Amino acid sequence: MLIVACIKQVPDTTQVQIDPVTNTLVREGIPFIVNPYDTHALEEALRLKDRFGCRVAAISMGPPNAEGTLRKALALGVDFAILLSDRVFGGADTLATSNVLSAAISKLHTEIDEVGLVLCGKQTIDGDTAQVGPGIATRLAYQQLTLVDNVEDIDLSAKRIRVRRKLEGRHEIVEAPLPAMLTVVRELNRPRYPTVPMRLTAVNAKVEVWNNQVLMLDEQSIGLKGSPTWVSKIFSPERAKGEILGDGFADPEGTANMLIEKLLDKDMLTV
Amino acid sequence: MSQQAALFTPLLVASVVFFSWSLYRRLSLVGLGKPESGKIDFASSIKHMLVYAIGQRRVLRQPFGFNHFIFFWACIFLIFVNVEFMLEGIFPAISLAGLPAPIYFSICLVSDILSSLAALAVVIAVIRRVFFPPYPQARTLEAFFLLAVIGVHMLAYLGICATEIALGEESAAAYMPVASQLAGFMGGMTANGLASLHTFFWWTHAIALMIFLNLLIPYSKHLHVFTAIANCFLRREDKPSIQPLEEFVAGNVFGTGQVDRFSRKDLFDSFACTKCGRCQMVCPAGNTGKQLNPRAVINDIKVNLLKNGPLLKQGHKAVMPLIGDTGEGSVPEEALWDCTTCGACMEACPVFIKQMPKMLLMRRHLVEEEAKFPEELLNLFENMESRSNPWGIAPSERTKWCSQLSVNPFEQGVTEYLLFVGCAGSFDSRNKHVTVALATLLDNAGISWGILGKEEKCCGDSLRRLGNEFVFDRLARENVALFKEKGVKKIITQCPHCFSTLKNDYRQYGLEVEVVHHSELLRDLVQSGRIKLQHQATELGQTVFHDSCYLGRHNDVYEAPRALIASATGAIPAEMERSRENAFCCGAGGGRMWLEETEGERINHNRVKEALTKNPDTICVSCPYCMTMFEDGLKDVKAEGVRIRDVAEVLAEAVLH
Repeated sequence: MLIVACIKQVPDTTQVQIDPVTNTLVREGIPFIVNPYDTHALEEALRLKDRFGCRVAAISMGPPNAEGTLRKALALGVDFAILLSDRVFGGADTLATSNVLSAAISKLHTEIDEVGLVLCGKQTIDGDTAQVGPGIATRLAYQQLTLVDNVEDIDLSAKRIRVRRKLEGRHEIVEAPLPAMLTVVRELNRPRYPTVPMRLTAVNAKVEVWNNQVLMLDEQSIGLKGSPTWVSKIFSPERAKGEILGDGFADPEGTANMLIEKLLDKDMLTV
Repeated sequence: MSQQAALFTPLLVASVVFFSWSLYRRLSLVGLGKPESGKIDFASSIKHMLVYAIGQRRVLRQPFGFNHFIFFWACIFLIFVNVEFMLEGIFPAISLAGLPAPIYFSICLVSDILSSLAALAVVIAVIRRVFFPPYPQARTLEAFFLLAVIGVHMLAYLGICATEIALGEESAAAYMPVASQLAGFMGGMTANGLASLHTFFWWTHAIALMIFLNLLIPYSKHLHVFTAIANCFLRREDKPSIQPLEEFVAGNVFGTGQVDRFSRKDLFDSFACTKCGRCQMVCPAGNTGKQLNPRAVINDIKVNLLKNGPLLKQGHKAVMPLIGDTGEGSVPEEALWDCTTCGACMEACPVFIKQMPKMLLMRRHLVEEEAKFPEELLNLFENMESRSNPWGIAPSERTKWCSQLSVNPFEQGVTEYLLFVGCAGSFDSRNKHVTVALATLLDNAGISWGILGKEEKCCGDSLRRLGNEFVFDRLARENVALFKEKGVKKIITQCPHCFSTLKNDYRQYGLEVEVVHHSELLRDLVQSGRIKLQHQATELGQTVFHDSCYLGRHNDVYEAPRALIASATGAIPAEMERSRENAFCCGAGGGRMWLEETEGERINHNRVKEALTKNPDTICVSCPYCMTMFEDGLKDVKAEGVRIRDVAEVLAEAVLH
């Protein structure tokens, strides 16, 4: 069985600023990182590999320099690394992106091994749509299990999976037949760190590049042409000024309690 | 040939052969290690051997070391007497008595006194080990048996002399006060009785000698009589002890995960250890109830080598893991993470065993080969890789500390010094005050200086000490390339970790620049009058100075911060019990800054409590990590009336306020 982890190279958003004139992201000189949620998807795929001995493919759609992201996946132990890169893929929205990724997963399914599981991060930190994973599940008619924070049980022979979903204020345990697409949250696991020998091997390992001559998708369904969604404007919202509550000097205990209540109220603290 | 000689000769020959074979068998295992690079400077090696082995300088640092001094000199002297004894046993005609009388009488006098003193030293050592052991695990059968054999050996020697005197066979009787005294007690005995007693002592002495040769020297910690002396000879003055470079090419093995991955000197160190426990007594981890015990680490390496060495030599696989919780012979992982790399163990060791660097080699194995480390470190490692600082703050924020000041970028030909601000000085809110104080003082002195701003990257100290050599190597290369590109010739650091890394570790990358810690530069500026004091900062009250390990013990900078405090406040800072080369770590070195401390007492609490015994108003530090540890420690022990100041802040009080 093959497990596919979808990963994306994203700009390190803590270092991204928005150009106030053009309202676009200033990307120059900003280092790229692997989308943090995707690192958990990758980790879960590698854990299943360690447990069941299945193989793992990491796929990523992006410009040629996204190869670095796939090398990191190779250093962590994936068996195949495939970069989906072509000018015609560029400018894609979530629909067009999921078309390309689905086509690649189908190709892996026919050419390498039966795909049992596709793992994605719950969303990317640059686009924040959380739509690509579900889009893939829809295109491929896989079961769709989003916001997974724990894989409760997986039975490869019976082709069933049971997972826990992290919802607001509660958990939900759901079961589904394989193949399935999971989007995962950070609580799922703790990503591993690459060993030096693996890093050095990854430097010369093969990253396959698939362009549209390989996938042969209709140009109307990919890239800018295949994208019904257009970004008309990006801007930093005006932030309402915070208010100062209580008096930490006069009443430290009461003020601290007020803070705790506010945090509880906003679900930023659990008791 | 006499009956005695007929019996003794084959025994002695067999003993000497077995002794040589035992020594060879054990010590040849050292050859499994990797060859050391660098040459030995013969003159300084001889000097070290004379001062530290023969002169016992480090042994004598502890009052009880005098007892060992007696053993040592009794042993050295009695070697001559014992050689005579062995030869006389085979060829009765050979005797020291054949030497010219003054020489012979002198030898007799010294032997008599030294063996009596050594016998007394045995009694003292036994009492000490029973009632005041150097460390709780010191009451071993090995130690007591060893002392007993030394004692018996000395008494038997005196017994032989005494019976000879009583028999009237000893011409030097007048020069053997103790043996003569003993002979006095034998007055009533017959010649036959005396002869039997002589034979008894003679054979007791002979057997004790053979126990030394065949059991104690090769197979117990008593091996140190040879190896410790050799270890002093082999001492390298490579201070501070930096870790070797690694070559990152596929197929290489990283760190030390198996005993034959140590260097030969590392392996020899394990044979030089006498289990005196000095390292364990000064270790911050060992002193606060953690798993790490540097003595045990060295012992584990020895036990592991003795177990695996013969197998590895024959091409078999090792059977005992070097790192693991499997008991003696394996170093527990947790112990390796306990080390603060403060270097106190190496400073305490009388025979220059290097405990700390071995632990870092094993950390390398865990991080680089197995990616196994405490989970808190994952964030640190990733932050270092993606944002070149431990907190993962955006590099663009490196200059936020000087938003209220006008600070120049470093530019070749325009600015003289590079102020390498360091991560703590750039990002940590408390330490940013120190950076501002330092910057203001430099301007006050008219120093021309600049910064790298967001181009500055972490020096990588924590990474290297934590065993992540791969990422350290990358950061070091990038920093060195940047320094070279910018034409940096002089660097000021306010962090002893940056200081030591730039000054010592980066030399391995070909960086030869002047690196100065701010305490040294400020001291010079005050002394040369370029910084003028406005008043004496008496408002700081009673001060006490805490030595940073990386400034003091690792780089021998002890005076500059003290002189600075003294000139700024007009009073010499108080000293803690453990200060200068014996200073106790704050607990944050060796990457421990980024690790939780859950076991035992917190190291910073231990140190803060020690500082508080001096009733200070201000505790002075010279390191951002010490600053954090003391700030936290004072809050924890609820001594919030006491201030912590960096030496730059102390000076700023006297100059700017």
